[in-house]
Amino acid sequence: MHVEPPVGSPRSLEEAYGLLASAPHRPLAGGTDMLVQLTGELGPAPERVLDLWRLDELRGIRVEGGALEVGALTTHAQIRRSEACAAHAPTLVAAVATIGAAQIQNRGTIGGNVMNASPAGDTLPVLLALDAVLVAGGPRGERSIPAVGFWPAYRSTALAPDELLLRVRIPIVDGRRQAFRKVGTRRAQAISKVVLAAAWRRDPAWRDVRIAFGSVAATPIRATAAEAALEGAPPTAASIDRAVAALLAELRPIDDVRSTAAYRLEVSGRILRRLLEDAS
Amino acid sequence: MTYRLVVNGEPAEVGVPGMRRLLDVLREDLGLTGTKEGCGEGECGACTVLVDGEVVVSCLVPVCQVDGSVVRTVEGLAVAGGSALAPLQAAFLEAGGAQCGICTPGMLMAADAFLAAGAEPTDDAIRGAIAGNLCRCTGYTKIVDAIRLAAERRQAGAGAA
Ligand SMILES: Cc1cc2nc3c(=O)[nH]c(=O)nc-3n(C[C@H](O)[C@H](O)[C@H](O)COP(=O)(O)OP(=O)(O)OC[C@H]3O[C@@H](n4cnc5c(N)ncnc54)[C@H](O)[C@@H]3O)c2cc1C
Ligand code: FES
Ligand code: FES
Repeated sequence: MHVEPPVGSPRSLEEAYGLLASAPHRPLAGGTDMLVQLTGELGPAPERVLDLWRLDELRGIRVEGGALEVGALTTHAQIRRSEACAAHAPTLVAAVATIGAAQIQNRGTIGGNVMNASPAGDTLPVLLALDAVLVAGGPRGERSIPAVGFWPAYRSTALAPDELLLRVRIPIVDGRRQAFRKVGTRRAQAISKVVLAAAWRRDPAWRDVRIAFGSVAATPIRATAAEAALEGAPPTAASIDRAVAALLAELRPIDDVRSTAAYRLEVSGRILRRLLEDAS
Repeated sequence: MTYRLVVNGEPAEVGVPGMRRLLDVLREDLGLTGTKEGCGEGECGACTVLVDGEVVVSCLVPVCQVDGSVVRTVEGLAVAGGSALAPLQAAFLEAGGAQCGICTPGMLMAADAFLAAGAEPTDDAIRGAIAGNLCRCTGYTKIVDAIRLAAERRQAGAGAA
């Protein structure tokens, strides 16, 4: 049976905060995760739903104060069409292009991907690699939370139940390069077995290296040992070997329905090696 | 709550819970059973309809989000007051683009959006447009043929006009 909890559809953020303060509500963006959860098969349905779809103030992409800002309700299709995203966050465009097919990309939002907090969420490693900041709002005002601390445990986020995600801020860094790799079972509509996002500068040594993985742990993670192995090192085969060895020592992937730990470890090492070779 | 939408050009008003799936509103409340339910989880595309011109899976869209929207379903494709098949539907018949037919309404709507966008009907572009629609029967080749045929006829028609 499909569950149909009561739903409020506020027309302004103020009204939304008011509803959240009056009683617990589960926010609803594009519904591509939530409606699947409402089949009644995946645990209890929310008691009340807060439909954010009319809150145009949460939509849109702009460059402001040295950062690319993407509103939480911006759809994957809008990110794919955005010139500002292509210029400053090509890895974000690459990631959302792999999320479902057109039907999902026309409704699914970046805020939903972030707040769903799946370890397989494809934009999450990108936000980690690009040092993104997540801006939340609620009755106590706005606050900014770095992506690194945003997903503390399996399927949880740093937000309080009465807060909403408002937008994602990605700092624009001169000379930063970035890359994205996703391994799934097929091209359209496949959830990741392993996903990798990386960012770096070269002078010609490796600088400001960020390596982030999804689907290999309970949360999206930064591979800090691999990053440290590269930082300041020359772009040689030896430094790549050291980074891959550090990665294999630090990753602890799991077996699940989509893949095995052994496969994930092997593939993680290979896609990082290829990415670094391409970048050298 | 009362929600107002325009479905296949006709205004419709439904008094239903806001979290009811658009799929159920179409099939149960409006009696438009052309739209099919396959998986109910967004994976198969059988329930694809157009909302304000964009393809969506109606099993994942609650009706509260389409209040005031324009919805187009497979029932809206036929022309001449519903008495004649649209060129796209005729092309599916001609090319053998349907077997059991369960995927067909969704395929037609994805194809309808593709034709409306006016992109060049290459194999890659057509396959991209139906990447969210699964078919267990045809192996897709004849569906791609049908869409290409419809697109080419449309271009030829536009050129002649
Ligand atoms: C067929 C299919 C294929 C998919 N493929 C992929 C894939 O390849 N990769 C991938 O990463 N995901 C995939 N997904 C999952 C999903 O489409 C994405 O996670 C999408 O980005 C979710 O966005 P949404 O707006 O639909 O979220 P919703 O379902 O509306 O919400 C998701 C969660 O986030 C919360 N939420 C949403 N917005 C806010 C906000 N502004 N503030 C606070 N909380 C909020 C909701 O309460 C809910 O818990 C797929 C889903 C389907 C059905
Ligand atoms: S029934 Fe909606 S996608 Fe399968
Ligand atoms: S014709 Fe049977 S599923 Fe496509």
